[in-house]
Amino acid sequence: MSRITIEEVKHVANLARLAITEEEAEMYRKQMDEIIHFAELINELDTENVEPTSHVLDMKNVLREDVPKKGLPREEVLKNVPEHQDGYIKVPSIMGE
Amino acid sequence: MKVVGLFEQSATDLHELLHKKEIRVSDLVDESYKRISEVDSKVQAFLTLDEERARASAKNLDGQAPQGLLAGLPIGIKDNIVTRDLRTTCASKILGSFDPIYNATVVEKLEKAGTITIGKLNMDEFAMGSSNENSAFQKTRNPWNLETVPGGSSGGSAAAVAAGEVPFSLGSDTGGSIRQPAAFCGVVGLKPTYGRVSRFGLVAFASSLDQIGPITRTVEDNAYLLKAISGLDPMDSTSAPVDVPDFSAALTGDIKGLKIAVPKEYLGEGVSEASRQSVLDALKVLEGMGAVWEEVSLPHSKYALATYYLLSSSEASANLARFDGVRYGYRSSNADNLLDLYKNTRAEGFGDEVKRRIMLGTFALSSGYYDAYYKKAQKVRTLIKKDFDDVFSKYDVIIGPTTPTPAFKVGEKTDDPLTMYANDILTIPVNLAGVPAISVPCGFSGGLPLGLQIIGKHFDEATVYRTAHAFEQATDFHKQRPVL
Repeated sequence: MSRITIEEVKHVANLARLAITEEEAEMYRKQMDEIIHFAELINELDTENVEPTSHVLDMKNVLREDVPKKGLPREEVLKNVPEHQDGYIKVPSIMGE
Repeated sequence: MKVVGLFEQSATDLHELLHKKEIRVSDLVDESYKRISEVDSKVQAFLTLDEERARASAKNLDGQAPQGLLAGLPIGIKDNIVTRDLRTTCASKILGSFDPIYNATVVEKLEKAGTITIGKLNMDEFAMGSSNENSAFQKTRNPWNLETVPGGSSGGSAAAVAAGEVPFSLGSDTGGSIRQPAAFCGVVGLKPTYGRVSRFGLVAFASSLDQIGPITRTVEDNAYLLKAISGLDPMDSTSAPVDVPDFSAALTGDIKGLKIAVPKEYLGEGVSEASRQSVLDALKVLEGMGAVWEEVSLPHSKYALATYYLLSSSEASANLARFDGVRYGYRSSNADNLLDLYKNTRAEGFGDEVKRRIMLGTFALSSGYYDAYYKKAQKVRTLIKKDFDDVFSKYDVIIGPTTPTPAFKVGEKTDDPLTMYANDILTIPVNLAGVPAISVPCGFSGGLPLGLQIIGKHFDEATVYRTAHAFEQATDFHKQRPVL
Protein backbone atom coordinates (compact mmCIF):
# COMPACT_ATOMS: atom_id res chain seq x y z
CA MET A 1 0.00 0.00 0.00
CA SER A 2 1.27 3.44 -0.85
CA ARG A 3 1.78 5.74 2.13
CA ILE A 4 1.52 8.90 0.13
CA THR A 5 -0.65 9.83 -2.86
CA ILE A 6 0.12 12.06 -5.85
CA GLU A 7 -2.33 14.63 -4.41
CA GLU A 8 -0.45 14.67 -1.11
CA VAL A 9 2.85 15.14 -2.95
CA LYS A 10 1.40 18.13 -4.80
CA HIS A 11 -0.01 19.53 -1.55
CA VAL A 12 3.38 19.21 0.16
CA ALA A 13 5.15 20.80 -2.83
CA ASN A 14 2.77 23.73 -2.61
CA LEU A 15 3.41 24.11 1.15
CA ALA A 16 7.16 23.98 0.43
CA ARG A 17 6.78 26.54 -2.37
CA LEU A 18 8.34 24.23 -4.96
CA ALA A 19 7.03 24.11 -8.52
CA ILE A 20 6.95 20.48 -9.65
CA THR A 21 6.04 18.77 -12.91
CA GLU A 22 3.76 15.71 -13.17
CA GLU A 23 6.86 13.58 -13.74
CA GLU A 24 8.55 14.95 -10.64
CA ALA A 25 5.39 14.42 -8.61
CA GLU A 26 5.45 10.73 -9.51
CA MET A 27 9.20 10.51 -8.73
CA TYR A 28 8.73 12.15 -5.31
CA ARG A 29 5.74 9.93 -4.57
CA LYS A 30 7.84 6.82 -5.11
CA GLN A 31 10.96 8.11 -3.30
CA MET A 32 9.11 9.63 -0.35
CA ASP A 33 7.08 6.46 -0.04
CA GLU A 34 10.29 4.44 0.28
CA ILE A 35 11.91 6.85 2.72
CA ILE A 36 8.78 7.12 4.89
CA HIS A 37 8.40 3.35 4.84
CA PHE A 38 11.98 3.10 6.08
CA ALA A 39 11.42 5.82 8.68
CA GLU A 40 8.40 4.01 10.10
CA LEU A 41 10.87 1.61 11.70
CA ILE A 42 10.75 3.92 14.71
CA ASN A 43 7.11 2.97 15.28
CA GLU A 44 8.38 -0.31 16.76
CA LEU A 45 9.42 1.63 19.84
CA ASP A 46 7.10 2.42 22.71
CA THR A 47 7.66 6.10 23.43
CA GLU A 48 4.55 6.64 25.53
CA ASN A 49 6.44 8.05 28.54
CA VAL A 50 9.42 9.52 26.72
CA GLU A 51 9.97 13.27 26.56
CA PRO A 52 10.93 14.64 23.12
CA THR A 53 14.45 16.12 22.71
CA SER A 54 14.71 19.34 20.77
CA HIS A 55 17.96 20.53 22.36
CA VAL A 56 20.70 18.22 23.66
CA LEU A 57 22.08 20.68 26.20
CA ASP A 58 20.26 21.79 29.29
CA MET A 59 19.91 25.43 28.26
CA LYS A 60 16.77 27.48 28.71
CA ASN A 61 15.77 31.07 28.07
CA VAL A 62 19.09 32.34 26.75
CA LEU A 63 18.66 36.09 26.97
CA ARG A 64 20.88 39.12 26.61
CA GLU A 65 20.59 42.73 27.71
CA ASP A 66 18.16 44.63 25.51
CA VAL A 67 20.64 47.17 24.20
CA PRO A 68 19.85 48.89 20.89
CA LYS A 69 22.52 48.45 18.21
CA LYS A 70 22.96 49.93 14.79
CA GLY A 71 21.57 47.88 11.91
CA LEU A 72 23.39 47.16 8.69
CA PRO A 73 23.84 50.03 6.23
CA ARG A 74 21.17 49.99 3.53
CA GLU A 75 23.62 49.85 0.61
CA GLU A 76 25.24 46.77 2.17
CA VAL A 77 21.88 45.09 2.66
CA LEU A 78 20.89 45.80 -0.94
CA LYS A 79 24.12 44.39 -2.36
CA ASN A 80 22.75 40.90 -2.88
CA VAL A 81 19.15 41.86 -3.68
CA PRO A 82 18.25 40.59 -7.18
CA GLU A 83 16.10 43.64 -8.01
CA HIS A 84 15.70 46.92 -6.14
CA GLN A 85 14.65 50.50 -6.74
CA ASP A 86 14.91 53.65 -4.61
CA GLY A 87 16.13 51.61 -1.65
CA TYR A 88 13.22 49.17 -1.84
CA ILE A 89 13.27 45.49 -2.78
CA LYS A 90 11.24 44.91 -5.92
CA VAL A 91 9.02 41.86 -6.49
CA PRO A 92 6.33 40.99 -9.08
CA SER A 93 2.76 41.94 -8.27
CA ILE A 94 1.27 40.01 -5.40
CA MET A 95 -2.32 39.84 -6.64
CA GLY A 96 -1.62 39.05 -10.30
CA GLU A 97 -3.62 40.56 -13.13
CA MET B 1 53.65 12.93 -7.92
CA LYS B 2 53.79 12.33 -4.19
CA VAL B 3 52.43 14.99 -1.86
CA VAL B 4 55.45 16.42 -0.14
CA GLY B 5 56.37 19.94 0.80
CA LEU B 6 55.86 22.49 3.48
CA PHE B 7 52.48 21.14 4.51
CA GLU B 8 54.09 17.83 5.49
CA GLN B 9 54.88 19.68 8.68
CA SER B 10 52.59 20.31 11.59
CA ALA B 11 51.27 23.72 12.56
CA THR B 12 53.77 23.88 15.43
CA ASP B 13 56.67 23.13 13.04
CA LEU B 14 55.50 25.73 10.52
CA HIS B 15 55.13 28.23 13.34
CA GLU B 16 58.67 27.44 14.44
CA LEU B 17 59.98 27.98 10.89
CA LEU B 18 58.18 31.33 10.70
CA HIS B 19 59.47 32.29 14.10
CA LYS B 20 63.08 31.52 13.16
CA LYS B 21 62.52 33.38 9.88
CA GLU B 22 63.50 30.33 7.87
CA ILE B 23 60.33 30.83 5.84
CA ARG B 24 57.98 33.75 5.25
CA VAL B 25 54.19 33.73 5.36
CA SER B 26 54.32 34.41 1.61
CA ASP B 27 56.17 31.11 1.14
CA LEU B 28 53.30 29.28 2.77
CA VAL B 29 50.71 31.07 0.66
CA ASP B 30 52.81 30.44 -2.48
CA GLU B 31 52.99 26.77 -1.56
CA SER B 32 49.22 26.62 -1.25
CA TYR B 33 48.44 28.20 -4.62
CA LYS B 34 51.25 26.29 -6.33
CA ARG B 35 49.89 23.02 -5.04
CA ILE B 36 46.35 24.01 -6.06
CA SER B 37 47.52 24.85 -9.59
CA GLU B 38 49.25 21.47 -9.79
CA VAL B 39 46.57 19.15 -8.45
CA ASP B 40 43.21 20.87 -8.12
CA SER B 41 42.22 20.20 -11.72
CA LYS B 42 42.14 16.55 -10.62
CA VAL B 43 40.90 16.86 -7.04
CA GLN B 44 38.50 19.79 -7.64
CA ALA B 45 38.32 20.72 -3.98
CA PHE B 46 38.13 24.52 -4.32
CA LEU B 47 35.10 26.43 -5.58
CA THR B 48 36.52 29.93 -5.10
CA LEU B 49 40.06 31.18 -4.52
CA ASP B 50 40.87 34.39 -2.65
CA GLU B 51 44.36 34.73 -4.08
CA GLU B 52 44.80 38.48 -4.34
CA ARG B 53 43.73 39.16 -0.77
CA ALA B 54 45.61 36.15 0.62
CA ARG B 55 48.86 37.28 -1.01
CA ALA B 56 48.39 40.84 0.22
CA SER B 57 47.74 39.64 3.80
CA ALA B 58 50.79 37.41 3.60
CA LYS B 59 52.98 40.27 2.44
CA ASN B 60 51.79 42.34 5.38
CA LEU B 61 52.85 39.62 7.78
CA ASP B 62 56.22 38.88 6.15
CA GLY B 63 59.06 39.93 8.35
CA GLN B 64 56.90 40.23 11.47
CA ALA B 65 57.29 37.79 14.32
CA PRO B 66 54.20 35.52 14.24
CA GLN B 67 51.59 36.53 16.81
CA GLY B 68 50.29 33.20 17.99
CA LEU B 69 50.62 29.65 16.84
CA LEU B 70 48.26 29.80 13.86
CA ALA B 71 49.38 33.24 12.63
CA GLY B 72 50.30 33.23 8.95
CA LEU B 73 49.11 29.70 8.28
CA PRO B 74 46.89 29.11 5.22
CA ILE B 75 43.42 27.64 5.69
CA GLY B 76 40.52 26.53 3.49
CA ILE B 77 36.91 27.17 4.51
CA LYS B 78 33.85 25.08 3.64
CA ASP B 79 31.53 27.00 1.37
CA ASN B 80 28.60 27.05 3.82
CA ILE B 81 30.52 29.30 6.24
CA VAL B 82 29.98 32.93 5.30
CA THR B 83 33.00 35.07 4.48
CA ARG B 84 32.67 38.83 3.97
CA ASP B 85 33.00 39.83 0.30
CA LEU B 86 34.10 36.30 -0.60
CA ARG B 87 31.58 34.26 -2.58
CA THR B 88 29.71 31.72 -0.45
CA THR B 89 27.51 29.37 -2.45
CA CYS B 90 26.79 26.29 -0.32
CA ALA B 91 27.54 24.59 -3.66
CA SER B 92 24.03 25.61 -4.73
CA LYS B 93 22.78 27.46 -7.77
CA ILE B 94 20.44 29.40 -5.48
CA LEU B 95 23.47 31.10 -3.83
CA GLY B 96 25.62 30.97 -6.96
CA SER B 97 26.46 34.68 -6.89
CA PHE B 98 26.09 35.41 -3.18
CA ASP B 99 28.75 37.63 -1.60
CA PRO B 100 28.12 37.83 2.16
CA ILE B 101 28.25 41.18 3.91
CA TYR B 102 29.54 39.77 7.18
CA ASN B 103 31.85 37.06 8.52
CA ALA B 104 30.83 33.97 10.43
CA THR B 105 32.03 34.08 14.05
CA VAL B 106 34.56 31.31 13.32
CA VAL B 107 35.97 33.39 10.45
CA GLU B 108 36.29 36.43 12.74
CA LYS B 109 38.10 34.22 15.27
CA LEU B 110 40.44 32.88 12.60
CA GLU B 111 41.21 36.42 11.47
CA LYS B 112 42.11 37.25 15.03
CA ALA B 113 44.35 34.17 15.16
CA GLY B 114 45.99 35.42 11.96
CA THR B 115 45.28 32.54 9.56
CA ILE B 116 45.08 33.29 5.86
CA THR B 117 42.00 32.20 3.95
CA ILE B 118 43.08 30.56 0.68
CA GLY B 119 39.58 29.93 -0.66
CA LYS B 120 36.22 28.21 -0.29
CA LEU B 121 35.79 24.46 -0.47
CA ASN B 122 33.31 22.31 -2.34
CA MET B 123 30.59 20.35 -0.54
CA ASP B 124 27.29 18.62 -1.14
CA GLU B 125 24.65 21.26 -1.78
CA PHE B 126 23.59 22.75 1.59
CA ALA B 127 25.64 19.97 3.25
CA MET B 128 23.10 17.34 2.18
CA GLY B 129 25.03 14.34 0.97
CA SER B 130 27.86 11.94 1.65
CA SER B 131 29.92 12.06 -1.55
CA ASN B 132 30.12 15.64 -2.89
CA GLU B 133 28.16 14.40 -5.90
CA ASN B 134 25.33 16.73 -4.86
CA SER B 135 27.39 19.88 -5.52
CA ALA B 136 25.78 22.03 -8.21
CA PHE B 137 29.22 22.94 -9.56
CA GLN B 138 31.77 20.13 -9.47
CA LYS B 139 32.48 16.68 -8.12
CA THR B 140 35.45 16.67 -5.77
CA ARG B 141 37.53 13.47 -6.05
CA ASN B 142 39.33 11.45 -3.42
CA PRO B 143 43.10 12.18 -3.67
CA TRP B 144 43.82 8.52 -2.85
CA ASN B 145 41.93 7.32 -5.89
CA LEU B 146 40.34 9.77 -8.28
CA GLU B 147 37.69 7.20 -9.24
CA THR B 148 36.30 7.33 -5.71
CA VAL B 149 34.40 9.98 -3.77
CA PRO B 150 36.04 12.09 -1.05
CA GLY B 151 32.98 11.64 1.17
CA GLY B 152 30.69 14.43 2.22
CA SER B 153 29.40 16.77 2.84
CA SER B 154 32.75 18.41 3.75
CA GLY B 155 34.44 16.50 0.89
CA GLY B 156 36.31 19.53 -0.43
CA SER B 157 37.61 20.37 3.05
CA ALA B 158 38.99 16.84 3.59
CA ALA B 159 40.34 16.38 0.05
CA ALA B 160 42.19 19.73 0.09
CA VAL B 161 44.02 18.76 3.29
CA ALA B 162 44.78 15.23 2.04
CA ALA B 163 46.10 16.64 -1.27
CA GLY B 164 48.44 19.05 0.53
CA GLU B 165 46.70 22.17 -0.82
CA VAL B 166 46.27 23.62 2.68
CA PRO B 167 47.58 22.48 6.07
CA PHE B 168 44.05 22.48 7.49
CA SER B 169 40.47 23.50 6.85
CA LEU B 170 37.08 23.99 8.44
CA GLY B 171 34.13 21.74 7.74
CA SER B 172 30.67 21.28 9.24
CA ASP B 173 29.05 18.12 10.55
CA THR B 174 25.31 17.46 10.81
CA GLY B 175 25.28 13.66 10.52
CA GLY B 176 28.93 12.84 9.88
CA SER B 177 29.91 15.49 7.34
CA ILE B 178 33.34 16.13 8.91
CA ARG B 179 34.20 12.63 10.16
CA GLN B 180 33.12 10.60 7.13
CA PRO B 181 35.17 12.60 4.56
CA ALA B 182 38.10 12.74 7.01
CA ALA B 183 37.98 8.92 7.19
CA PHE B 184 37.68 8.57 3.39
CA CYS B 185 40.61 10.96 2.76
CA GLY B 186 42.93 9.73 5.54
CA VAL B 187 42.94 12.92 7.63
CA VAL B 188 41.83 13.96 11.12
CA GLY B 189 38.35 15.47 11.53
CA LEU B 190 36.51 16.45 14.71
CA LYS B 191 32.87 17.21 15.31
CA PRO B 192 32.84 19.24 18.53
CA THR B 193 30.17 18.96 21.23
CA TYR B 194 26.97 20.70 20.13
CA GLY B 195 27.33 24.24 21.47
CA ARG B 196 31.15 24.26 21.62
CA VAL B 197 31.54 26.34 18.44
CA SER B 198 29.31 29.22 17.38
CA ARG B 199 27.08 28.50 14.39
CA PHE B 200 26.61 32.20 13.62
CA GLY B 201 27.34 32.52 9.91
CA LEU B 202 27.07 28.81 9.21
CA VAL B 203 24.28 28.50 6.65
CA ALA B 204 21.79 26.43 8.63
CA PHE B 205 20.86 22.92 7.52
CA ALA B 206 19.56 21.25 10.71
CA SER B 207 20.08 23.69 13.55
CA SER B 208 19.82 21.18 16.41
CA LEU B 209 22.57 19.01 14.87
CA ASP B 210 24.98 21.29 12.93
CA GLN B 211 28.48 21.99 14.28
CA ILE B 212 31.57 23.53 12.65
CA GLY B 213 34.85 21.68 13.25
CA PRO B 214 38.49 21.37 12.15
CA ILE B 215 39.98 19.02 9.53
CA THR B 216 43.76 18.58 9.86
CA ARG B 217 46.66 16.19 9.22
CA THR B 218 47.41 15.59 12.90
CA VAL B 219 45.52 15.44 16.17
CA GLU B 220 47.71 18.19 17.62
CA ASP B 221 46.85 20.63 14.82
CA ASN B 222 43.21 19.75 15.30
CA ALA B 223 43.38 20.64 19.00
CA TYR B 224 44.96 24.03 18.23
CA LEU B 225 42.43 24.86 15.56
CA LEU B 226 39.47 23.89 17.77
CA LYS B 227 40.73 26.14 20.54
CA ALA B 228 40.91 29.04 18.09
CA ILE B 229 37.29 28.71 16.93
CA SER B 230 35.52 27.69 20.17
CA GLY B 231 33.62 29.70 22.73
CA LEU B 232 30.38 31.34 23.76
CA ASP B 233 29.01 33.77 21.18
CA PRO B 234 26.22 36.25 21.91
CA MET B 235 25.20 35.89 18.24
CA ASP B 236 24.37 32.18 18.70
CA SER B 237 22.01 31.38 21.57
CA THR B 238 22.89 27.68 21.27
CA SER B 239 26.60 28.28 21.85
CA ALA B 240 27.34 27.09 25.36
CA PRO B 241 28.62 29.13 28.31
CA VAL B 242 31.51 26.75 29.05
CA ASP B 243 35.24 27.37 29.36
CA VAL B 244 37.50 26.65 26.41
CA PRO B 245 40.38 24.57 27.77
CA ASP B 246 43.81 24.32 26.21
CA PHE B 247 43.02 21.10 24.36
CA SER B 248 46.68 20.55 23.45
CA ALA B 249 47.50 20.14 27.17
CA ALA B 250 45.59 16.85 27.01
CA LEU B 251 48.01 15.37 24.48
CA THR B 252 50.14 13.60 27.05
CA GLY B 253 50.41 10.22 25.37
CA ASP B 254 49.26 8.66 28.63
CA ILE B 255 46.09 6.58 28.38
CA LYS B 256 46.83 4.15 31.17
CA GLY B 257 43.56 3.04 32.75
CA LEU B 258 41.40 4.68 30.05
CA LYS B 259 38.05 2.89 29.90
CA ILE B 260 36.90 2.23 26.35
CA ALA B 261 33.42 1.04 25.36
CA VAL B 262 32.99 -0.74 22.03
CA PRO B 263 29.33 -0.94 20.97
CA LYS B 264 28.53 -4.29 19.39
CA GLU B 265 26.16 -2.48 17.01
CA TYR B 266 29.15 -0.64 15.50
CA LEU B 267 30.92 -3.85 14.49
CA GLY B 268 27.89 -5.80 13.32
CA GLU B 269 25.65 -5.97 10.29
CA GLY B 270 26.47 -3.64 7.41
CA VAL B 271 30.04 -3.00 8.56
CA SER B 272 32.75 -4.32 6.24
CA GLU B 273 35.34 -6.81 7.45
CA ALA B 274 38.12 -4.28 6.69
CA SER B 275 36.54 -1.59 8.87
CA ARG B 276 35.83 -4.09 11.65
CA GLN B 277 39.35 -5.52 11.61
CA SER B 278 41.00 -2.08 11.61
CA VAL B 279 39.09 -1.19 14.78
CA LEU B 280 40.03 -4.46 16.50
CA ASP B 281 43.69 -3.82 15.56
CA ALA B 282 43.43 -0.27 16.92
CA LEU B 283 42.00 -1.58 20.20
CA LYS B 284 45.06 -3.84 20.54
CA VAL B 285 47.30 -0.82 20.12
CA LEU B 286 45.37 1.11 22.78
CA GLU B 287 45.37 -1.91 25.07
CA GLY B 288 49.14 -2.10 24.69
CA MET B 289 49.31 1.41 26.13
CA GLY B 290 47.32 0.49 29.22
CA ALA B 291 43.74 1.22 28.16
CA VAL B 292 41.03 -1.34 28.83
CA TRP B 293 38.05 -2.06 26.59
CA GLU B 294 34.77 -3.90 26.86
CA GLU B 295 31.91 -4.60 24.54
CA VAL B 296 28.75 -2.62 25.29
CA SER B 297 25.40 -2.02 23.63
CA LEU B 298 23.80 1.15 22.29
CA PRO B 299 20.46 -0.61 21.82
CA HIS B 300 18.70 2.15 19.85
CA SER B 301 21.42 2.50 17.21
CA LYS B 302 19.31 0.90 14.50
CA TYR B 303 16.70 3.66 14.84
CA ALA B 304 19.20 6.51 14.48
CA LEU B 305 19.17 6.76 10.69
CA ALA B 306 15.37 7.01 10.44
CA THR B 307 15.25 9.47 13.34
CA TYR B 308 17.95 11.59 11.75
CA TYR B 309 16.30 11.82 8.34
CA LEU B 310 12.98 12.85 9.85
CA LEU B 311 14.48 15.49 12.17
CA SER B 312 17.18 16.88 9.88
CA SER B 313 14.82 17.12 6.90
CA SER B 314 12.15 18.80 9.02
CA GLU B 315 14.63 21.38 10.28
CA ALA B 316 16.00 21.84 6.77
CA SER B 317 12.56 22.47 5.31
CA ALA B 318 12.12 25.33 7.78
CA ASN B 319 15.66 26.70 7.45
CA LEU B 320 15.64 26.67 3.66
CA ALA B 321 12.34 28.55 3.50
CA ARG B 322 14.42 31.75 3.52
CA PHE B 323 15.63 31.13 -0.03
CA ASP B 324 12.80 32.78 -1.89
CA GLY B 325 14.50 34.90 -4.55
CA VAL B 326 13.56 38.16 -2.85
CA ARG B 327 16.38 39.49 -0.67
CA TYR B 328 19.43 37.61 -1.97
CA GLY B 329 20.44 34.69 -4.14
CA TYR B 330 19.07 33.38 -7.40
CA ARG B 331 15.75 34.73 -8.69
CA SER B 332 13.74 33.04 -11.43
CA SER B 333 13.10 35.32 -14.39
CA ASN B 334 10.08 33.20 -15.17
CA ALA B 335 7.29 34.55 -12.93
CA ASP B 336 4.71 37.31 -13.10
CA ASN B 337 3.32 37.01 -9.60
CA LEU B 338 4.94 36.60 -6.19
CA LEU B 339 3.81 33.01 -5.56
CA ASP B 340 5.23 31.80 -8.88
CA LEU B 341 8.41 33.74 -8.14
CA TYR B 342 8.88 31.74 -4.93
CA LYS B 343 7.98 28.42 -6.53
CA ASN B 344 10.01 28.81 -9.70
CA THR B 345 13.02 30.31 -7.93
CA ARG B 346 13.16 27.35 -5.57
CA ALA B 347 12.43 24.76 -8.28
CA GLU B 348 15.20 26.16 -10.50
CA GLY B 349 17.64 27.04 -7.73
CA PHE B 350 17.73 23.87 -5.60
CA GLY B 351 19.15 20.52 -6.69
CA ASP B 352 17.35 17.17 -6.47
CA GLU B 353 18.56 16.00 -3.06
CA VAL B 354 17.81 19.35 -1.42
CA LYS B 355 14.30 19.37 -2.88
CA ARG B 356 13.76 15.77 -1.77
CA ARG B 357 14.65 16.67 1.81
CA ILE B 358 12.55 19.84 1.80
CA MET B 359 9.62 17.71 0.59
CA LEU B 360 10.22 15.03 3.22
CA GLY B 361 10.60 17.61 5.99
CA THR B 362 7.54 19.58 4.95
CA PHE B 363 5.56 16.33 4.92
CA ALA B 364 6.81 15.29 8.39
CA LEU B 365 5.84 18.69 9.81
CA SER B 366 2.52 18.98 8.02
CA SER B 367 -0.84 18.87 9.73
CA GLY B 368 -1.89 15.31 10.53
CA TYR B 369 1.62 13.88 10.31
CA TYR B 370 3.53 15.99 12.84
CA ASP B 371 2.90 13.71 15.84
CA ALA B 372 3.48 10.50 13.93
CA TYR B 373 6.78 11.51 12.39
CA TYR B 374 8.44 14.63 13.79
CA LYS B 375 7.42 14.33 17.43
CA LYS B 376 7.90 10.57 17.44
CA ALA B 377 11.44 11.06 16.08
CA GLN B 378 12.20 13.62 18.79
CA LYS B 379 11.17 11.06 21.39
CA VAL B 380 13.38 8.41 19.84
CA ARG B 381 16.19 10.97 19.90
CA THR B 382 15.81 11.02 23.69
CA LEU B 383 16.25 7.23 23.80
CA ILE B 384 19.35 7.41 21.58
CA LYS B 385 20.87 10.12 23.75
CA LYS B 386 20.13 8.05 26.86
CA ASP B 387 22.05 5.10 25.35
CA PHE B 388 25.13 7.34 25.27
CA ASP B 389 24.51 8.71 28.80
CA ASP B 390 24.30 5.15 30.15
CA VAL B 391 27.57 4.05 28.54
CA PHE B 392 29.36 7.25 29.54
CA SER B 393 28.42 6.71 33.18
CA LYS B 394 30.91 3.82 33.17
CA TYR B 395 33.36 4.53 30.33
CA ASP B 396 35.58 7.42 29.18
CA VAL B 397 35.24 7.02 25.42
CA ILE B 398 33.31 4.97 22.87
CA ILE B 399 35.24 3.56 19.92
CA GLY B 400 34.14 2.13 16.59
CA PRO B 401 34.68 2.60 12.86
CA THR B 402 33.86 6.01 11.36
CA THR B 403 32.29 4.46 8.26
CA PRO B 404 31.05 0.98 7.35
CA THR B 405 33.35 0.84 4.28
CA PRO B 406 36.21 2.80 2.72
CA ALA B 407 35.40 5.39 0.00
CA PHE B 408 33.03 4.14 -2.70
CA LYS B 409 33.18 4.77 -6.45
CA VAL B 410 31.83 7.95 -8.02
CA GLY B 411 28.27 7.20 -9.23
CA GLU B 412 27.98 3.98 -7.21
CA LYS B 413 25.29 5.16 -4.80
CA THR B 414 23.55 8.00 -6.61
CA ASP B 415 20.53 6.01 -7.83
CA ASP B 416 18.97 5.22 -4.49
CA PRO B 417 18.80 7.85 -1.71
CA LEU B 418 18.48 5.21 1.02
CA THR B 419 21.69 3.42 -0.04
CA MET B 420 23.56 6.72 0.17
CA TYR B 421 22.01 7.53 3.56
CA ALA B 422 23.11 4.16 5.02
CA ASN B 423 26.72 5.25 4.72
CA ASP B 424 26.21 7.49 7.76
CA ILE B 425 24.88 4.88 10.23
CA LEU B 426 27.93 5.11 12.52
CA THR B 427 28.26 8.90 12.61
CA ILE B 428 24.61 10.01 12.88
CA PRO B 429 23.93 8.82 16.47
CA VAL B 430 26.72 11.14 17.68
CA ASN B 431 24.95 14.22 16.28
CA LEU B 432 21.62 13.11 17.75
CA ALA B 433 23.28 12.81 21.19
CA GLY B 434 25.23 16.08 20.73
CA VAL B 435 28.51 14.55 21.90
CA PRO B 436 31.97 15.18 20.37
CA ALA B 437 33.73 12.64 18.10
CA ILE B 438 36.88 12.46 16.05
CA SER B 439 37.96 10.37 13.08
CA VAL B 440 41.65 9.45 12.87
CA PRO B 441 43.38 7.31 10.21
CA CYS B 442 43.56 3.67 11.34
CA GLY B 443 44.36 1.59 8.30
CA PHE B 444 43.94 1.00 4.58
CA SER B 445 41.81 -1.27 2.48
CA GLY B 446 42.48 -1.60 -1.25
CA GLY B 447 44.69 1.51 -1.08
CA LEU B 448 41.94 3.58 0.54
CA PRO B 449 42.12 5.00 4.07
CA LEU B 450 39.94 3.84 6.99
CA GLY B 451 38.94 5.94 9.98
CA LEU B 452 38.74 5.18 13.69
CA GLN B 453 35.93 7.02 15.44
CA ILE B 454 36.49 8.07 19.06
CA ILE B 455 33.42 9.49 20.80
CA GLY B 456 33.53 11.41 24.09
CA LYS B 457 31.26 12.88 26.75
CA HIS B 458 29.66 16.30 26.32
CA PHE B 459 32.41 18.96 26.34
CA ASP B 460 35.12 16.35 26.93
CA GLU B 461 37.00 16.87 23.66
CA ALA B 462 40.17 16.72 25.78
CA THR B 463 39.81 12.97 26.42
CA VAL B 464 38.87 12.37 22.77
CA TYR B 465 42.04 14.19 21.68
CA ARG B 466 44.20 12.43 24.29
CA THR B 467 43.05 9.02 23.05
CA ALA B 468 43.36 9.95 19.37
CA HIS B 469 46.82 11.45 19.90
CA ALA B 470 48.12 8.40 21.78
CA PHE B 471 46.87 6.15 18.98
CA GLU B 472 48.36 8.42 16.32
CA GLN B 473 51.76 8.49 18.01
CA ALA B 474 51.81 4.68 18.16
CA THR B 475 50.92 4.21 14.46
CA ASP B 476 52.02 5.72 11.15
CA PHE B 477 48.79 5.71 9.13
CA HIS B 478 48.63 9.51 9.34
CA LYS B 479 52.08 9.76 7.73
CA GLN B 480 50.96 8.07 4.50
CA ARG B 481 50.32 10.40 1.57
CA PRO B 482 48.34 9.93 -1.61
CA VAL B 483 50.18 9.97 -4.95
CA LEU B 484 48.63 12.51 -7.29
